[in-house]
Amino acid sequence: MIPPAFEYLRPQTIPEAISLLQQHGEDAKILSGGQSLIPMMKLRLARPAFLVDINRIAGLAYIKEEGGFLKIGALTREADLEASPLIQSKYPIILDTAHVIADPQVRNMATVAGNLAHGDPANDHPATMLALGAQIVAMGAKGERVVAIEEFFLSVFTTALQPGEILTEIRIPAPPAHSGGAYFKLERKVGDFATAAVAAQVTLDGKGLCQKAGIGLTNVGPAPIKARKAEDFLRGKKLDAANIAQAAQLAAEDAQPSADLRGPAEYKKGLVKELARRALTRAAERAGK
Amino acid sequence: MLKKQTIRVKVNGREREADVEPRLLLVHFIREVLGLTGTHIGCDTSHCGACTVVLDGRTVKSCTMFAVQAEGGELTTVEGLMKDGQLHPLQEGFKEEHGLQCGFCTPGMLMSSYALLSKNPKPSEEQIRWGISGNLCRCTGYQNIVKAVEYAAGKLEQQKMAQGGAR
Repeated sequence: MIPPAFEYLRPQTIPEAISLLQQHGEDAKILSGGQSLIPMMKLRLARPAFLVDINRIAGLAYIKEEGGFLKIGALTREADLEASPLIQSKYPIILDTAHVIADPQVRNMATVAGNLAHGDPANDHPATMLALGAQIVAMGAKGERVVAIEEFFLSVFTTALQPGEILTEIRIPAPPAHSGGAYFKLERKVGDFATAAVAAQVTLDGKGLCQKAGIGLTNVGPAPIKARKAEDFLRGKKLDAANIAQAAQLAAEDAQPSADLRGPAEYKKGLVKELARRALTRAAERAGK
Repeated sequence: MLKKQTIRVKVNGREREADVEPRLLLVHFIREVLGLTGTHIGCDTSHCGACTVVLDGRTVKSCTMFAVQAEGGELTTVEGLMKDGQLHPLQEGFKEEHGLQCGFCTPGMLMSSYALLSKNPKPSEEQIRWGISGNLCRCTGYQNIVKAVEYAAGKLEQQKMAQGGAR
């Protein structure tokens, strides 16, 4: 399958990229990993007249802790997350997520930023970032702006990024002590999108009760879903089997899955409940350590 | 909009140059412009991995990249595995362990395994299966592919020891 012809632009700096995006408006798309965009172009579902390849812009690939945040640069590849000792040791929820995105070849190219900016409710990082309470840093002609993740995903393939803006960094508030998270995904085969998936991040207080919970749901709605009812329920409660089960039920109620080849809606709701139970259980285990 | 641009890529050790449209997929560049038809197009939807090549040290699905993105890079295709008329231990492994039937997935399997063994010379079975998880095979059930990679790991280890001993 061959995409329609387009003009290929390769800026060397962010200001150059922003200027190109402004110049061409709706006719331009950013190319980072391309692992979502290029398949769409090959199917002619996306037909940008201008492709702005940002892969040669220096200084956009990094994973570092700074100022109380974990900061992930826009060109950080999924494979970089998997290989990072920092992610492996301190952010297992992010490692869980990166591991189940597509396959090794795709992970070599796919970027975390692209996974978020593409706005596909089937992508995995959105739910995890919702659970972690992340912030998105976007650069545009008017400078930098920070968007809370809860306000970032609007609808299918629609995020809060404005035309002419590039997602440059993802910031995750460094979790306090006694925090833990996990991501559980069911897929039909390796490399598939989620039939459903749940991200859970919890923090325990001094008495071992849940101080805070973040729960994100993948591919069960037009946008990734923050399971607020379940999050609110868990606050102040012990993360025992009964409470986790109740929270999982509430999370499933927030899911709005469509029936498709991956299964009927009722099945997916049931799946969310079970995956939420597993994710919360694992998150609690990791928080307790 | 058939404007072409010149790209230069080092392919299997040789500098190659061509004028291509931006929309030319890397896999089409490899097969049709360079004439290296060892890299296969299996699904064209980024699932099967038959198009896997190694670009700048990492495996990529060449059907999901544009040739222009490879400008200035170093590309290794399956044709680049053989050295001085000698099969690469992976190729030997696939031969000895019957790691292929129709052979369509094989170039992709070889490139993914090649990248795996470069990073992890002594992979466990689980690590091998994870390493080739982006490559689908409809014939073999993967069993002999795993054995082929294990054979190659052993052979490469032997070669390394032999080189070390000769000093």
